Amino acid sequence: MSDVITMAHGSGGSATGELIDEIFAPAFANETLLAMEDSAVVDGSQKIAMTTDSFVVTPLIFNGGDIGRLCVCGTVNDLLMRGAVPKYITCGFILEEGLETGTLKKCVESLARTAKEAGVCVVAGDTKVVEGHGGMYINTAGVGLFPDGDRNISAGNSAAGDAIIVSGTMGDHHATIMAHRLEIDTDIQSDNAPLTEMTSKLLASGIPVHTMRDITRGGLGTVLKELAESSASVFYIDEEMIPISPAVREFARLTGIDPVYMGNEGKMVVTVPGEYADKAVEIIRGSRYGENAAVIGEVKKEEIRTGKLIMRTKLGGERSLDILRGEGLPRIC
Amino acid sequence: MCVANTGKILSIDSEKNTASVDFRGSRVNARMGLADVKVGDRVLVHAGCILQKVSDEQYEEWTALAKELEAD
Amino acid sequence: MNDLKNIIRYLKEYDGEDIRIMEICGSHTGAIAKNGIEAMLSKKIHLISGPGCPVCVTPSAYIDKLIELSLESDTTVVTFGDLLRVPGSRESLREAQGRGARVKMVYSPMDIIGIAEAAPDQKFVFAAIGFETTTPVYALLLDTLIREKVENVRLLTALKTMPEVVEILCLGGAKIDAFIAPGHVCVVTGSRIFEPAAQKYKMPFVVSGFEGEDLLRTIYLLVENKGEGKVINNYPSVVSYEGNETAQALVNKYFIKSDASWRGIGNVAGSGLLIKPEFSKYDAGSSGLEYDEKKNKACSCDKVIMGLISPEECPLFGKVCNPGNPQGACMVSPEGSCNTRFCIR
Repeated sequence: MSDVITMAHGSGGSATGELIDEIFAPAFANETLLAMEDSAVVDGSQKIAMTTDSFVVTPLIFNGGDIGRLCVCGTVNDLLMRGAVPKYITCGFILEEGLETGTLKKCVESLARTAKEAGVCVVAGDTKVVEGHGGMYINTAGVGLFPDGDRNISAGNSAAGDAIIVSGTMGDHHATIMAHRLEIDTDIQSDNAPLTEMTSKLLASGIPVHTMRDITRGGLGTVLKELAESSASVFYIDEEMIPISPAVREFARLTGIDPVYMGNEGKMVVTVPGEYADKAVEIIRGSRYGENAAVIGEVKKEEIRTGKLIMRTKLGGERSLDILRGEGLPRIC
Repeated sequence: MCVANTGKILSIDSEKNTASVDFRGSRVNARMGLADVKVGDRVLVHAGCILQKVSDEQYEEWTALAKELEAD
Repeated sequence: MNDLKNIIRYLKEYDGEDIRIMEICGSHTGAIAKNGIEAMLSKKIHLISGPGCPVCVTPSAYIDKLIELSLESDTTVVTFGDLLRVPGSRESLREAQGRGARVKMVYSPMDIIGIAEAAPDQKFVFAAIGFETTTPVYALLLDTLIREKVENVRLLTALKTMPEVVEILCLGGAKIDAFIAPGHVCVVTGSRIFEPAAQKYKMPFVVSGFEGEDLLRTIYLLVENKGEGKVINNYPSVVSYEGNETAQALVNKYFIKSDASWRGIGNVAGSGLLIKPEFSKYDAGSSGLEYDEKKNKACSCDKVIMGLISPEECPLFGKVCNPGNPQGACMVSPEGSCNTRFCIR
């Protein structure tokens, strides 16, 4: 087929057939999809978890990942955070005219590989072509099942005495993408990853997990502030305990962005009763993508500070953190 | 008022009058012309330009001071 | 006293006369907040934010002019991220983008050269705001434009200098006892620029770096030297007495001293720089951009900038004015006093 995507590839005719046969079908080969029916019919459970997400990242391929891998991670992680087992995913591709076929192929193959790693099946897909400048957007839907019955994991469940745990270093994805946009050459790699292993081990261990949240846009600060509010408690964190790689720390300085507000695509925060903290960290550290997990603080009940997120700084000061305000733009002054 | 950072010069492109400055794994092509610098120098970069050479002696003294808290 | 632990104890236990310390520089405001330094100080030590955030002191006339340029069919405004959301008298650049304004964000002013060379039939204007730290970068940009014969780039400047406005602060009603002097300004100018004010008003100025450790030591030095008319350099790794003379010479080659209009302060004689007349073809119309119309009449950014009131004392603070819906510049910039205060309250 041709080197770039043209409007014909969205026509529904022979060029579309070519696109499916040469790129999508080989990558996603599974019975449900290959049936080429109008919709997928699959097995379920009493309750299901459902989510949807859209991916509009530029560049399409970046250090450590690409839009294909990213869309699986983002979707699967949202399901995992409710204690569901991700099963099915659908992908709607919107391709801009001029997109290089090679780029598309790479991203699609990466998507398929990541789906396999995360244990989800791509059961339905769609492609449209629009005018543009060679971009690509992906919209997904994800379905997760509860084979062992419903689990009560939610943002409101964090309670006084809980330990706050993060599964790894902060800001890697954000720094990667920002570096591309600012044309800064960097060794930093995106952390985009499905958190399947750590969450399934954590839940299987019997530890009473109160809350799990993936730390995406808005970063750790935004996520924890929201958790403090929805659980009507105070979240205390120690600046020194937050894992941040030296390269990301330096990049954050360079661009004037606070690492606490930098986004990730393969990190989560977990709250568990304090007595289970060490065991939980050990499990996450023993799982893929969890080697830098750490306890970073604790949940307290205090009337006057209810809903607040307080950071104890490394110098021994204190500051209150709000959700991310503004856009996290790099700044000079 | 003005974000500026200290990095180390990896290489110099004298034709383009730029230097590749490393910030612990991120490299910025910074313009030269405001300070007399060479490869290996630690420099202060502001808005994509090398603004000043950092005095090594003073810098080391400072990092020693900053580490004081972490040490104990 | 060099030992940080002793400094921390000293600042917590200080029980002498009250002392009001102004940090002029917005990056210091940010670093103080980020390190939670206020909570580490005795109640007798008061920190007040000053006018050192270039975005915050830029009058609305300048933003309006940028928007006007960005709406011309063949012109793109190139800017730092900081400036995008600052309200002009009607809208911000970001809002103007929604109706077709052409705006591009960059990390370095130098990036405009590549951008302009790639589109020779288009015109580009750099939004050149800043203090002494950034002015040499614009001088270098002009130097390069001339040397490489780039004809489609101009600068819209709003460049300000510190000593003149510091003088006003010393005289003003904010009752300041000591100043944290802006470290990166002094890299260029040298610590000497604050000597006249220090001596005249018998106040200490300590030139400071931007880490929490630097600032604690700086505050300690200011408290210890209250009432002394001297400048202490607490950032010697990059700051010297004379400053960067190469940079100073380049600035003097392309720029000439002028009056400048500061949001909240008004016109301050000799506190600005303009491109010299002989290089005027690189100037996109920077002089005379003086009026400052507030988007919201009740906005008290002007008093906040002068250290006369704290952000909380503004009737709009935290209500209609917040970082998601800034009414004044101090709430826009992450270094603005109001924004910083809002985010750590």
